[in-house]
Amino acid sequence: MTVVSVQQNVLALNGDEAVALAVKQSDVDVVAAYPITPQTIIVERFSEYVADGEVDTEFVCTESEHSALTACLTASATGVRTFTASASAGLALMHEILYVTSGCRAPVVMAIANRALSAPINIHCDHSDSMVERDSGWIQVYVENSQEAYDSIIQAFRIAENPEVLLPVMVCLDAFFLSHTLENVRVLSDDIVQGFVGLRKIPLVASHEGKKVPFRLDPENPITIGPLDLYDYYFEHKRQQEEAMNHAPQVIKRVHDEYAQLSGRRYGNGLIETYELEDAEIAAVCVGSTAGTAKTVVDELRAKGVKAGLLRLRTFRPLPTADVKEALESVRAIAVMDRSNSFGGNGGPVFHEIRHILYDSKTHPHVVNYIYGLGGRDMPQSLIRGIYRDLGEISETDRVESRVHFAGVRE
Amino acid sequence: MTEKQKGWKEVPVAGVCWKPATDYPTGDWRTFKPIRDPEKCTKCLLCPMICPDSAIEWNRNTEDIQFDYDFCKGCGICANECPAEAIIMTREEEEA
Amino acid sequence: MATTWKFTAKEIVEKPDLFTSGHRACAGCGPAIALRQIMKATRGPTIVTNATGCMEVVSTIYPYTAWKVPWIHTAFENAAANASGIAAALKAMKRKGRLQEDIDIIAFAGDGGTFDIGIQALSGAAERGHDFLYVLYDNEAYMNTGIQRSGGTPHGASTTTSPAGKVIPGKRQYKKAIADIMVAHEIPYVATASIAYWQDVLMKTRKGLEVEGPAFLHVLAPCPRGWRYDTSKTIEIAQLAVETCIFPLWESTDGQCSLSPQSKIVALKPERKRPVKEYLETQRRFRHLLTPEFESEIDNIQKMTDKRWNKLLRRCNLVSL
Repeated sequence: MTVVSVQQNVLALNGDEAVALAVKQSDVDVVAAYPITPQTIIVERFSEYVADGEVDTEFVCTESEHSALTACLTASATGVRTFTASASAGLALMHEILYVTSGCRAPVVMAIANRALSAPINIHCDHSDSMVERDSGWIQVYVENSQEAYDSIIQAFRIAENPEVLLPVMVCLDAFFLSHTLENVRVLSDDIVQGFVGLRKIPLVASHEGKKVPFRLDPENPITIGPLDLYDYYFEHKRQQEEAMNHAPQVIKRVHDEYAQLSGRRYGNGLIETYELEDAEIAAVCVGSTAGTAKTVVDELRAKGVKAGLLRLRTFRPLPTADVKEALESVRAIAVMDRSNSFGGNGGPVFHEIRHILYDSKTHPHVVNYIYGLGGRDMPQSLIRGIYRDLGEISETDRVESRVHFAGVRE
Repeated sequence: MTEKQKGWKEVPVAGVCWKPATDYPTGDWRTFKPIRDPEKCTKCLLCPMICPDSAIEWNRNTEDIQFDYDFCKGCGICANECPAEAIIMTREEEEA
Repeated sequence: MATTWKFTAKEIVEKPDLFTSGHRACAGCGPAIALRQIMKATRGPTIVTNATGCMEVVSTIYPYTAWKVPWIHTAFENAAANASGIAAALKAMKRKGRLQEDIDIIAFAGDGGTFDIGIQALSGAAERGHDFLYVLYDNEAYMNTGIQRSGGTPHGASTTTSPAGKVIPGKRQYKKAIADIMVAHEIPYVATASIAYWQDVLMKTRKGLEVEGPAFLHVLAPCPRGWRYDTSKTIEIAQLAVETCIFPLWESTDGQCSLSPQSKIVALKPERKRPVKEYLETQRRFRHLLTPEFESEIDNIQKMTDKRWNKLLRRCNLVSL
């Protein structure tokens, strides 16, 4: 595909700053947020834009994350574009409202600087905070680097607000590895981004006055949002949310393609990114920044003639089932890397999904799990090499000694 | 209520309501029914303002108070408060 | 700020209800009366938000809605945050030229959603100064879940979680002085009201809507089920609460506190101040206090009522008795 990209500046930004810049450029009407490490820089930078008059966003410093997301939800229901950011305990405090947001079909966009959950308290990276929210009805995008964080936030508004989707989107970036680490980020001009995101379109909905009216809180066309919905209709509304998730992959891919035309940047097909996977015999699967390290290890192994590959899940919700199945079916042994654990659940959440997808494959590849990096524990190349070494053995012997491993923890 | 319930493809998104509550009469909850004596009533307009169910209306045409028995739940507040003692509560089945 | 609004009873009864019939509140529901009265005092386009609670549940049983204004409910503890988001959205839309008209915002929450679980969001929204009216409809317990005690339940009341037992006569704690807490936030308008005095409710609602910034209206709204009295007595009891000074009516405008006429007359003519026992006797939630075993509790309630009343008189620059 020929890519015609526009003029871009290269800025040294950390992940949080890249997110803040993307929000600034996306004509966001309301930002409501509460500080928490390591997301704080997003809010701080955005406050500066507000203080310097660089945005005309209404910025609300709430007294809690619960209120931050609530305010985004109701602002969104009033018809405007909204953004918030959080992490760890903050996201956990939002838990209740995450479900309400998706249930109200409010296209809020949120950045998560993935951080471990207490206790003991820990400010560093793992995915426990967002993985536990996988069933909350939000689209979840996990990014590999700050560039992707920037690009994904801009795309997120288009995805969330698409009338076929109308779901909130979480863009997840790894704490400190991305949030606080300077990187060269190519950024589009304000005009280009504003043109790309456009004005939020409000779909129509049938009201109690027997009219089709804009789906927002508008005194001229009143609607009621968030009623008591019992066993007679609640299930139907939940089924609608599933359908919205079913529409999301096509929209995500389309928006990703359209953005690639502008920026010249692609992340796989928008749902998954494959790396040296076509003829791979062994492969790892991961989300987030670990993919960068894993790619280096794959290069090294390939140079030695080992047929190693990598699959990075970019969207965890919706889960790109068909794409994953197709990409991994011909691999003999697969290691799923989870930066969070499901205690007592026989492996981490990504493992559960990947193994579940491959249950239906005729080839039945071996799938093993490595829980790693909890609380920001480093995942060096050496450990990843070890994982591929294990995969090599499984592939050779056609035997799995142990299914779930903890990589990088001291005995 | 025997009408066919809508499927998920038909109902509006997000639980947006599509019927006015005024389509849901609550008058059949009533055990006691308020009856007004128009002779005693001074049309002071207290009762419409203290009715929980908007079941006492001011009819502009007749320039008079009227009860909306489709919605009156028979709480008896109007009878209890009426300064002119113009409203009495009667048992529903006592009516002919 | 003094309002210039004047109304006649006829104008008000002729104004269509924005909170309509067909809601499923119990017969004799005080909060439903409060909502009806308040929605009669709107001055133009209005958006309403509700905390989880009786009024949310009874007014929007899907697919029905009793609201003729845009309305949203999200959760229990966040009515003020709901209002904050709506206010922020309206402000942003105005600044960007996408909205011209002025739109009022009213947040309704019960005592559970205000005294207890919602106080953090309320305090935050008040501190931030969003322009909205917060209405606390106070029926003095978690009625929607079956009469559990809240921070707004009065001393001595028997609820399902503060039952009157053999050794403990109902709720031990006194009602939280929530309106005073809101006055301490130095917001432009705080008032108390009782549904027994509908003109006062309407006038205070309008003042709350007219001020720039947050306004807080605390409306006493008796509940026949939870307070255990005959459904016809809702207004009578709401009036007695004022006449006994258990629930005095006052307003605080820019920090200046003044008694409303119904309480001022009691202040000026102390002989009109009725003993709390007359109020307690009307409700079976206090029935156990009328036994010889626990009757000292009535004295305690009288003492606390007097103490709070005198404090209020001092704040209103009226002589303490």
